[in-house]
Amino acid sequence: MSTVESPPTKGNGWVGQAIKRKEDPRMITGRSRYVDDIVLPGMLHAVVVRSPEAHARIVSIDKSAAELRDEVVAVFTGEDLADDFASPMAMVWDPPGVEVKTPALWPLTRGEVKHVGEAVAVVVANDRYAAADAAEDVLVEYEPKPVVVDPEKALEDGSPLVWDEFGTNRTHEWTVGGGDIDAALSEADTVIERRFVQQRTAGGAIEPRGSIGEPEGEGLTLYSATQIPHIARFVLSGILNLPEDKLRVVAPDVGGGFGSKLQVYPEEALVLALAKRLGRPVKWIETRSEAMTTTHHGRDQIAYVTLGARSDGTLTGCKARIVADFGAYQLLLTPWIPELGFPVMGGAYKFPAIDLTFEGVFTNKFCTDAIRGAGRPEGTYWIELSMDDLARELAMDPLELRRKNFIPKDEFPFTTAHEITYDSGDYHGTLDKLLEHFDLDGFRREQAELREEGIYRGVGFSTYVEVCGLAPSRAVGPQGVGLQGAFWESAMVRVHPTGSATVYTGASPHGQGHDTGFAQIAADRLGIDPERIEVIHGDTNQGPWGWGTYGSRTVSVGGEAVARAAERVQDKAKKICAAMLEAAPEDIELMGDQFQVRGSPDKSMSMADIAGAAHIPPQELPDDIEPGLEETAFYDPENFVFPFGAHACVVDVDVETGKAQVVRYVAVDDCGPAINPKLIDGQIHGGVVHAIGQALYEQVVYDEDGQLVTGTFVDYAMPTAAEVPSFETDRTETPSPVNSLGVKGVGEAGTIGATPAITSAVIDALRPLGVSGQIDMPLTPMRVWEAIQEAKGGAS
Amino acid sequence: MGATVGLHVTVNGERRESVVDPRLLLVHYLRDELGLTGTNVGCDTTNCGACTVHLNGEAVKSCTVLAVQADGAEVTTIEGLGTGGELHPLQETFREEHGLQCGYCTPGMIMAAADLLERNPNPSEEDIRHGLEGNLCRCTGYHNIVRAVKAAADRAGAASREVRA
Repeated sequence: MSTVESPPTKGNGWVGQAIKRKEDPRMITGRSRYVDDIVLPGMLHAVVVRSPEAHARIVSIDKSAAELRDEVVAVFTGEDLADDFASPMAMVWDPPGVEVKTPALWPLTRGEVKHVGEAVAVVVANDRYAAADAAEDVLVEYEPKPVVVDPEKALEDGSPLVWDEFGTNRTHEWTVGGGDIDAALSEADTVIERRFVQQRTAGGAIEPRGSIGEPEGEGLTLYSATQIPHIARFVLSGILNLPEDKLRVVAPDVGGGFGSKLQVYPEEALVLALAKRLGRPVKWIETRSEAMTTTHHGRDQIAYVTLGARSDGTLTGCKARIVADFGAYQLLLTPWIPELGFPVMGGAYKFPAIDLTFEGVFTNKFCTDAIRGAGRPEGTYWIELSMDDLARELAMDPLELRRKNFIPKDEFPFTTAHEITYDSGDYHGTLDKLLEHFDLDGFRREQAELREEGIYRGVGFSTYVEVCGLAPSRAVGPQGVGLQGAFWESAMVRVHPTGSATVYTGASPHGQGHDTGFAQIAADRLGIDPERIEVIHGDTNQGPWGWGTYGSRTVSVGGEAVARAAERVQDKAKKICAAMLEAAPEDIELMGDQFQVRGSPDKSMSMADIAGAAHIPPQELPDDIEPGLEETAFYDPENFVFPFGAHACVVDVDVETGKAQVVRYVAVDDCGPAINPKLIDGQIHGGVVHAIGQALYEQVVYDEDGQLVTGTFVDYAMPTAAEVPSFETDRTETPSPVNSLGVKGVGEAGTIGATPAITSAVIDALRPLGVSGQIDMPLTPMRVWEAIQEAKGGAS
Repeated sequence: MGATVGLHVTVNGERRESVVDPRLLLVHYLRDELGLTGTNVGCDTTNCGACTVHLNGEAVKSCTVLAVQADGAEVTTIEGLGTGGELHPLQETFREEHGLQCGYCTPGMIMAAADLLERNPNPSEEDIRHGLEGNLCRCTGYHNIVRAVKAAADRAGAASREVRA
């Protein structure tokens, strides 16, 4: 590990330490408070009646039997609640000059269903067993309509239409690029063209979704498993036609998100409407089968990639057309997700020309939206595998091709052909460090020996770059690419009269460890122990407005806001200290836990002394010092941040069964200076296993009738501890110039960087058998075995 | 609700008497009737293990046990795992090794690990990984969970060596 210079405001040196998490004591003793743990007086339970048809007209709904059941309070259809919602669910991307077709999505459908699992009616009862029973008694007659599930077939003439009124299944097309791509590819000596599939996946948070609507005075409170309480309030207040001040949204402990709770869901609007109508709290808790069916999926993109290079390996151009399957509707960010990968679709490499076209498609499936990485795992997968293939075409070593085309360290900030400015980077540095841990020559010798013994072992590499720190408002908001939002973050730091502190953040965690990391950042600036700092989040009635947690933004945007607010508190503390000690404010410095007069360590005050004076002045303070010790900061970054890394994956493939097993994984990542190395490693481990899941095991499967085949954890195979190895992790630390902490983001790094390393390791293992090119993910035993048989010429 | 059934069960050392619907799942009895919400529900198919508790000292997935099947039994949940105000060694090592992130799988994971260590006090990494394959975690990638279980085993081993010495 390289050492990081202390930031100037460093006090106690908490930043950089692998301290234990402040969150854990309640979580290891069963005292967490997730949505389903909340019980309110008079609370009712809702169960949603869902469509078994992928596309149908609703002929009739008979609620009578359900209504007659004991314990049932009410049953509603979409028509019953037609006046309860002022507008349909929201989609917030409005790109300049491009129309994105966006059908109305109501909390309960009206007239037709467009995918299996669509909400048709809701039953409310005194307990959840009674509600589930009654939901079975709601009789719905459907008239099936033609179904389309394959996005490329959906684009063909004559395909069944998901939405007749649009006359097409194409939602929009969006192009971005720079440089002369036609010239670039015609100048190339070698051009490769590849088709890649990123299969549909699920977020897989172990806590299913859940929401409680509660009437409170003139307004409503929503408790919800969400990553974005403030956005949820903003959006839902419009849908419910309720002033924002009358709607409180609380995200209690949230049991994992991975993007799947970066959403404003129909059921959140539904429980609020029910609570308002019935005057009682209404809880809805998702079953796992519902989660697989109607918690948004991710990925589901097909890319046609063309790369050009000169014979010496110099890249000339990157062109791609991406077809993205959005499912039947547009959720909050659905059409934006594939585009989120565009800034880094040229990878860590210098391309004189980049040209990217994105096409969205409706199908009779549930919607896709952000899942860990959101667009960037897709872009990274195809650029990294294309580089591998290009290297083979050029008869070059894949790592040498990468090194030849890396953006050099001394060219940062570097603006790409498509006008994205990478803030910082040292791509050779992470690859060098990776190869210090991973002896490639030694591996090749071992690989050859093992093959003599019939063991097929392979290695794959990835040298990824990701775009994080969502987001500079000017880049992504209405003045940029057209998201109807801004993505700054807020923090408020309050020092109490006895010298302990509370940090309020607009970010909203679901496992990341904000309480710990933010306390460390504040502790250094306040001169107090993190144990004396409470971090409050996830409640729209507490602290300033904020944009939530996603896109690896927590530390680089939310953490920077904490740092700035804490520095403002420190500035005021210095003024108070100066007045008390009869010194000049500029002569006060924070040393450890003491604010002292420069050069006179005997003249000093602790934060507790200063906070006491700020609240109950023992002497008259200068007129320009207001009472209290509390500051707020809103931080809108000037640019994204661009973490990067180099990963190596080793797999063994059983060539008789096709089973691939990851046996070693080495990850060197650079997310800037570490706030808490323990938390960084944890994010890498989890992210890489998420990618192992996608690479080898996981896929959301619909059959040709639009029926979900993978509706449970039996069919949707997430990795267990037995499928994955322990990890070897290391870091380089290249500070970002974008924020004062120098930090970038790490929550998605593993998921973004790992899939190409894993899949190319499988190919590397099988090369002696003649397998080359690629196998589409997930590389299940069946697919690998088939590839082996095909390479053998079909003889099996 | 149909005919109800009497239930006598000892939960975390306390004797409980209830009248329950025969179809009530043990996990819902613990959570909804007794307010022991540390035990979580993550799936409908006995895959995820978030609901793992001890029934007469053995780890079970309480979403797949009827409350009435626990009649006359002793149940231990995460709330009752520590003794005498002290945390169980696994609770300590999960924190020390950063074996949890969102915390949702954690109670079930710790209960499953406690059962594993009861049966195999000195497990290899492979033993731990296979021993916990009935418990899903989406956050940690299992790396630190495995280390936490190993650390708890090592600590117990050291303690018992001390006793012997």
